[in-house]
Amino acid sequence: MKDTRHDLPPEHVPLGLIPTPFQPRLEPLSRTKDWMNWAGYISPAVLDTMEFEYFAIRNQATLFDISPMHKYRVSGPEALGMLNRLVTRDVRKLAPGRVAYVMWCDEDGMVIDDGTLFRLSETEFRLCCQEPQFSWLLDAAWGYDVRVEDESHSVAGLSLQGPTSASVLLEAGFEIDHLRPFDLAEAEPGLLISRTGFTGDLGYELWISPDHALALWDRLWDAGQTWGIRAIGYHALNMARIEAGFIAAGVEFQPIHHTLRLHRGRTPVELGFAWLVDFDKGHFNGRRALVAQAERGPRSMIVKLDIGGFKPAADALIYYRKKREVGHITSAMWSPTLKRNIALAEVRAPFGPDRTKDLWVEIYLNQEGVWQRRMARATVLSQPFFRNPRARATPPAAF
Amino acid sequence: MGRHDRYDAIIAGAGHNGLTTACYLAKAGLKVLVVEKNDWIGGAAVSRSLHPGWTYSNCSYVCSLLRREIVRDLELPRFGLQVIPYEGGATFTSDGDYFAYYSDHDALRREIARHEPRDVDAYDRFSQTVMRQCRFIRPFLLRTAPDPVRMRPRDISELAYLVRKVHGLGAREIGETLRFWTMSIGDFLDEHFENDLIKAHLAGSGIIGTGLGVYSPGSAYVLLHHYMGDVDGTIGAWGFARGGMGSISRALGLAFEEAGGTIVTGSGIDKFLTRGGKVTGVALENGDTYEAPVVASNMDVKRTFLKHTDRDDLPGDFLRAVERFKIRGSSGKLNIALDRLPEFPAAPAGAPFLRGDMHCSTSLAELERAYDDWKDGRWSQSPYFDMLIPSQIDPTMAPPGSHMMTVFVQYAPYDLEVDGVRDAANWTEERRRAFADCVLDKMSAACPDIKERVQHVEIRSPLELETEVGLTEGNIFQGELTFDQLLFNRPVPGYADYRSPIRGLYLVGSSAHPGGGVMAAPGANAAREILIDLGRRSGLPAEAA
Repeated sequence: MKDTRHDLPPEHVPLGLIPTPFQPRLEPLSRTKDWMNWAGYISPAVLDTMEFEYFAIRNQATLFDISPMHKYRVSGPEALGMLNRLVTRDVRKLAPGRVAYVMWCDEDGMVIDDGTLFRLSETEFRLCCQEPQFSWLLDAAWGYDVRVEDESHSVAGLSLQGPTSASVLLEAGFEIDHLRPFDLAEAEPGLLISRTGFTGDLGYELWISPDHALALWDRLWDAGQTWGIRAIGYHALNMARIEAGFIAAGVEFQPIHHTLRLHRGRTPVELGFAWLVDFDKGHFNGRRALVAQAERGPRSMIVKLDIGGFKPAADALIYYRKKREVGHITSAMWSPTLKRNIALAEVRAPFGPDRTKDLWVEIYLNQEGVWQRRMARATVLSQPFFRNPRARATPPAAF
Repeated sequence: MGRHDRYDAIIAGAGHNGLTTACYLAKAGLKVLVVEKNDWIGGAAVSRSLHPGWTYSNCSYVCSLLRREIVRDLELPRFGLQVIPYEGGATFTSDGDYFAYYSDHDALRREIARHEPRDVDAYDRFSQTVMRQCRFIRPFLLRTAPDPVRMRPRDISELAYLVRKVHGLGAREIGETLRFWTMSIGDFLDEHFENDLIKAHLAGSGIIGTGLGVYSPGSAYVLLHHYMGDVDGTIGAWGFARGGMGSISRALGLAFEEAGGTIVTGSGIDKFLTRGGKVTGVALENGDTYEAPVVASNMDVKRTFLKHTDRDDLPGDFLRAVERFKIRGSSGKLNIALDRLPEFPAAPAGAPFLRGDMHCSTSLAELERAYDDWKDGRWSQSPYFDMLIPSQIDPTMAPPGSHMMTVFVQYAPYDLEVDGVRDAANWTEERRRAFADCVLDKMSAACPDIKERVQHVEIRSPLELETEVGLTEGNIFQGELTFDQLLFNRPVPGYADYRSPIRGLYLVGSSAHPGGGVMAAPGANAAREILIDLGRRSGLPAEAA
């Protein structure tokens, strides 16, 4: 290929945060002017109030701009083989038109990142994730007849979540009521809709070219008016994420490609995702190390905790018999929907799903300038905190 | 012949408090029966569909006081209960302006300044005073009140707790607290604010559900009662139960049945059965009788002891105290099906306060006049109302694009005066319609097209609240929330611990401490006392610390 770069004046890169395709709609909706950096893009932390945005997720319908996600297209006759080598799950079981939650590891079995893998056709896939993976995917593609493209900036994404989200889509003219959880369909030429999300509730993700992004937003916004649609920021979504019991990169685990210190990586099993690891599918990155760990047992576990009292246990340490430190809280909140004080936490072996007795969380409270320390009992739960049949019903209910 | 089953405990009335008691007892392993006179459960926490496509919260309509300890203990979210907060509110004037109570504090300060700059900081001081009082009183909600006369060990320790909490207020605040608990909301607001409209907006909470005017002593406490709730720890916040207030009862009913309990609907209590000063069961109107050594009445104190208990079983002083218990009906309600959202010409487009509580009373004088009408046996000619359109937030209440409106109206007397005669029977269909028209006329100040929007309206006078729900005189709190009948005086002195002169017969509804408002606290506190009497030491509803 001819390199033409030197024939043109240099194209300067923008400094600071850059807008996503949806920013023209988000900007006027922002009352708080509370923006954050998501992969270099302007992303709303809160648009109006976190509380009301959160309740819209659990009660009506919400739009969250997920364009900053990293998106990679992997295509070619050996795309399946390459991806099956990359991730711990058996991708052969993923039919075209389906989506799977996946993790991938380095040779030591440490999680590089997690994400969703869309099988667009027999030979085409899209991987969506938090962390940039282009060079890792190129490395993984070595020797396979595949093509890896970075679509991060060329595909816009919208997450439409909440109990009335299917009604919004139907009102907007998208026939999606046949989609089951993790189904994927090209609703219109150039528009992919998947029944996926980060809330544990009914919800969809829509993927489209940036050129058509605003028209899609407007169509959903207009259709959503009678269904209580609301644009939301990251903080509200994060509350729903914790309630759903989903882990987040950089929070519940440290992506191994970013850690500097020894032993900061975690295996899928240690993150509570043993079911994502398929030792029977043949070789995959990290398999040998994970087999070895399966014999030794995990060093630590991510668990779901129900904590006594009403004060969120953010950043707290966990003690056995109120004495021995055995772990720490990674995410914590008072759950407005469940009326429980919930948290995700990392506990060191042998504590975990099978050893849960006598665990306590040390919570510090600042009461108008006076610190108080409380020991609250923690109970390990085996199920996600938020479980609602409406999230799985097909066809979905109107609300 | 009817049925004659035996249970460990029987609850008379499937209101939210009765169901709460029932849940705790069933979870403690008791074989529990709930009997309910209506064909549906819920008492005044009901959602019913009276116009196809629309669901009304027919009686109580917003939720804040429901104790989260109870919701958590009974795992009500698992049974479908979801409480969603709403944002702020507004009072509309007849000349096209409004006062908006924004939940955003900075916007609220700007809005107050728009009306009266001197009231901006005054609001923060008012807020601090009210919140201090809330902080003081909230722990008492989930505790049984001490009896200062009987001085059992429990009473002494509870009194010590009370003294400790009072002491914690500090010398100046103790004086303020006594004033606050006994003064009128009008006087309290006059001390803080200059602007009539702002005062009128804040005064509503001081009179809702009570037969007091804004200048009647004791109404300041009623404001506190409406402020001390919370949604997820945001004290003073109010919300909707998704699917209407009936979702609370529905969740309680499902939790109760999962715990092994039985609910029998369609026949009310005829009589509480007793033998030798002890309760032995209940006889229903349909002839069925059920036996149990523990019977808990969710009915109000008057209905329980004056209508369904043999007077010979009760001491005279107790009967006299029950007879003089104040339980005056003061409010009515309209539940309206709207074809679409009415216009609110005064409000800016998309104003959040349209999703909150809205009013049209613009001064304390106007509110006091509304009370004067009630004293004279008329409904207020210019009534106070608390109107909300929950379907803007709750998608389950009306067809998409259409809306449901709930309008709580004050004042409406129980014994309406017509031609010099005061009688509840005067609430004829014609007068109920006239009452509704009076309210709709005044609502036009806020939304001029309201009458064109109305597809169906359910009109509720105090009489319907009595006949359908069973609330004596239609008092929504099962007895007024005035200082003379609060804490250890609720419902009557000497019987604030949910027990009664009849052994085994308990009072678990809002006539008991800490009163009404869909708190479920009386039900939980009563369950604790019942389980203590049964010798249980574990699985008791927790006391607030």
